[in-house]
Amino acid sequence: MGLFADLRDSISAVTAKLFAGESEDPKRIGIYGPPNAGKTTLANRIARDWTGDAVGPESHIPHETRRARRKENVEIERDGHTVSIDIVDTPGVTTKVDYEEFLDHDMEKDEAVRRSREATEGVAEAMHWLREDVDGVIYVLDSTTDPFTQVNTMLIGIIESRDLPVLILANKTDLEDSNVQRIRNAFPQHETIELSALEGENMDEVYDRIAEKFG
Amino acid sequence: MVEQEPESDDGVQLDLISAERMENKTSMEKIRMILDSVHDGDIVVLEKGLTPDEESKLIEVTMTEINPDGFTGIEIESFPRSETKESGLLGRIMGKDEDPAKLTVIGPANQIQSLHKDETLISALLKRK
Repeated sequence: MGLFADLRDSISAVTAKLFAGESEDPKRIGIYGPPNAGKTTLANRIARDWTGDAVGPESHIPHETRRARRKENVEIERDGHTVSIDIVDTPGVTTKVDYEEFLDHDMEKDEAVRRSREATEGVAEAMHWLREDVDGVIYVLDSTTDPFTQVNTMLIGIIESRDLPVLILANKTDLEDSNVQRIRNAFPQHETIELSALEGENMDEVYDRIAEKFG
Repeated sequence: MVEQEPESDDGVQLDLISAERMENKTSMEKIRMILDSVHDGDIVVLEKGLTPDEESKLIEVTMTEINPDGFTGIEIESFPRSETKESGLLGRIMGKDEDPAKLTVIGPANQIQSLHKDETLISALLKRK
């Protein structure tokens, strides 16, 4: 039993080395989710932890991220080996954008219209990336809000239909209303990891799972 | 998409579209048909919903058509896919993944006040035009 297990491990290790040359390119991991789930905060946390740089500005205003932003060659070290990924921070996906919502955030109409136009282009771009250009998905949800939304259901369905590996992250556990179990109940077919990207809580487990899932 | 337009323009038109009407259409034809109706302020109810790929394209095309002068996007709700059907890679290889979502309701975001769903009921509250 032990001998066979050792032999199997050795073969796996040799096979991994043999094919390592073919999988040198870092996998592109898209960070997806609805607006204001904390995607950019997470992307910045990952990028700062492993490269020292940020990916983009964070804001409580919806659609702060209006272009997909890629941070290349983020090398995450786990258990003595290194997993190299490109992280792609994407605009929050929605089916509607109304410029008048931005007026509530002390914006002039021209600025609100421009921002909404950029937001719609960003969402379209994010959907295109999902169909064409990502190898795996980190799906970020705000654990203080109801995960049973049509956008979440559709996006998880799209991800599953493309056989993309996915990790669901229940973010904002530092907030009082956080309810991680509600997210686990919504998507029981996927692993859900809780975290606070803002406070850096539970990031070790997040990196372990990223390395396992996308390494 | 309907042959006969209603005479009054202060009502809300509801288009109940059979699976049969959709079955020979391409993805873009389906999306065009849905969005044309929604642009007119109509509510579209699909007997058989869209595939995940079509849903993805519907979001993408919807985003390209949003403009500040009127169209703010769509509201959409559908019943979940049946858990009992085969899924995953094997299911797709065997051609059994063509089981799109069940009944789907789509309407203009600026005209649907709320769209709620539980496991067996989708409830739409519409604003009067």
